[in-house]
Amino acid sequence: MANVTATEPSPSRSFWAGIGQGRHVIGIVFMLPAAVFLLFFLTYPLGLGVWLGFTDTRIGRAGEFIGLENYQSLMGDSLFWLVVFNTILYTVAASILKFGLGLWLALLLNENMPFKAFFRAVVLLPWVVPTVLSAIAFWWIFDSQYSIISWALIKMELISAPINFLGDVANARASVIAANVWRGIPFVAISLLAGLQTISPSLHEAATLDGATNWQRFRYITLPMLSPIIAVVMTFSVLFTFTDFQLIYVLTRGGPLNSTHLMATLSFQRAIPGGSLGEGAAIAVAMIPFLLGAILFSYFGLQRRKWQQGGAD
Amino acid sequence: MTQSSEQMTDNSTGMSYLDSLPRRLITVILPLLVFVFVLLFPFYWMAITAIKPNYQLTDYNNYSPLWVVEPTLEHIKYLLFETSYPHWLWNTIYISVAATIISLVTSVFAAYAIERLRFNGSRWVGLGIFLAYLVPPSILFIPLAIMIFGLGIYDTKLALILTYPTFLVPFSTWLLMGYFRSIPFELEECALVDGASRWQILIKVLLPLSVPGLISAGIFSFTLSWNEFIYALTFIQSSENKTVPVGVLTELVRSDVYEWGSLMAGALLGSLPVVILYSFFVDYYVSSMTGAVKE
Repeated sequence: MANVTATEPSPSRSFWAGIGQGRHVIGIVFMLPAAVFLLFFLTYPLGLGVWLGFTDTRIGRAGEFIGLENYQSLMGDSLFWLVVFNTILYTVAASILKFGLGLWLALLLNENMPFKAFFRAVVLLPWVVPTVLSAIAFWWIFDSQYSIISWALIKMELISAPINFLGDVANARASVIAANVWRGIPFVAISLLAGLQTISPSLHEAATLDGATNWQRFRYITLPMLSPIIAVVMTFSVLFTFTDFQLIYVLTRGGPLNSTHLMATLSFQRAIPGGSLGEGAAIAVAMIPFLLGAILFSYFGLQRRKWQQGGAD
Repeated sequence: MTQSSEQMTDNSTGMSYLDSLPRRLITVILPLLVFVFVLLFPFYWMAITAIKPNYQLTDYNNYSPLWVVEPTLEHIKYLLFETSYPHWLWNTIYISVAATIISLVTSVFAAYAIERLRFNGSRWVGLGIFLAYLVPPSILFIPLAIMIFGLGIYDTKLALILTYPTFLVPFSTWLLMGYFRSIPFELEECALVDGASRWQILIKVLLPLSVPGLISAGIFSFTLSWNEFIYALTFIQSSENKTVPVGVLTELVRSDVYEWGSLMAGALLGSLPVVILYSFFVDYYVSSMTGAVKE
């Protein structure tokens, strides 16, 4: 009887207990759903994408292996090089601005003031709303005739005619970068704020007693303590800016004169409306070396963290 | 650096008490207000345009663009009753919820296996998850489109429900790994000694303690799904299966006449659900964002 009560209540329990004998086995069982999923929908497509880059696949027609032909034609394609230049310009300019302004905003939010929580919550809003929808708002803000910015500047008598935000090469580049920075600042600021809050005020107090100026305290305390988290945040920021698609697709579709075309938008344009899946995939694959650089950067950023934070976590 | 006596009492946070009030006004409050103004202005502009009657929309001479007289619900009414907007909203909710649930369940098991069971090679799997998190959708959408075609689920909601977890699972797993790490190991040891199985430990000990982490991962995943664009643009063709971001952009923009009122109303309504969710869970949101960066 005792035997029955011990085994009968839940067959499932004895099943789990049996498997639970080895945590390696149960570990792999628990890991299985995620692993299968990621292998099938992430690793496999990644490999398929690389393979497609070597084929002349078009929509509705399976391609054949053509070796490096896609890459060779890209090498000789001046549009491709313009797009690479645009992408690097866009990424570098937007990342520097996001970092500078984001760090500044983080330092401001770290100050003691009334409604601090409110400010912190409100500042993150641009990052929360769908990019496409805020980009549509920017589209209207950058309207060539009825731009509110032009209107305000004309009212202040700074300019006499509306600015052609998205119709002129330099203006269009500046406008899309501004919209990207607008959306990216909150992410940088809030992440860096979390890093700032781990810096003990006593360090600043000690430095002040030793006669350090504000700038010196920032340069020799805040910045070094923050550098590991800066490395990670900026890696993410660079990664997402470099592969940006939505903002350009909404605001300019790459124009004017392809001056705002990025690698992701060119890849989409060639592959989906253009139908050359192979060529589009080759452009996407061409982004990978840049991304690997960013990931290595992140990895070393993470490595340094342990000793710099003194086992804070 | 002068000490002002009235602020001397407030030495709770850092050394802000060392700055005088006028100085703080210039160096802190003013720049902060400028930041907040710039970051929030597009939302105001979105909202004011959404309720402006058409005749005021472009008439800057007779009406101030910054304000609205006789606000109208015409644009919102048009959106809700004469376009497929309600469909798109429903699709977005349906897809986001489904993708979030799938990702959350798989991520809990994966994170528990990597962080607590520490099976052979779990370290490498953890690193792999982190790397998977760094693979951007703009690289994957072309091969995924081919797979979606091959599986015969092109232009269905299932296509998005199955592909969104490619970026949600790595993120949630990474986040939950960090969260599980913060829960004392001893609790599980006690349960093990008392004869609990791994399954029971996960369900009855670890998960109840991880509710904040689950909420963080959940709302963040929901928001990421809601905001996703490139997959939804590529894998969906028919109007009734589109999500809000794609629908607003591809269906409300017609020819050369931009109907800014209804476009802005669409953008505003599409942002509202995530903003409301965000306003309820600000702290979870912040912790999931910074958690993913810090760990």
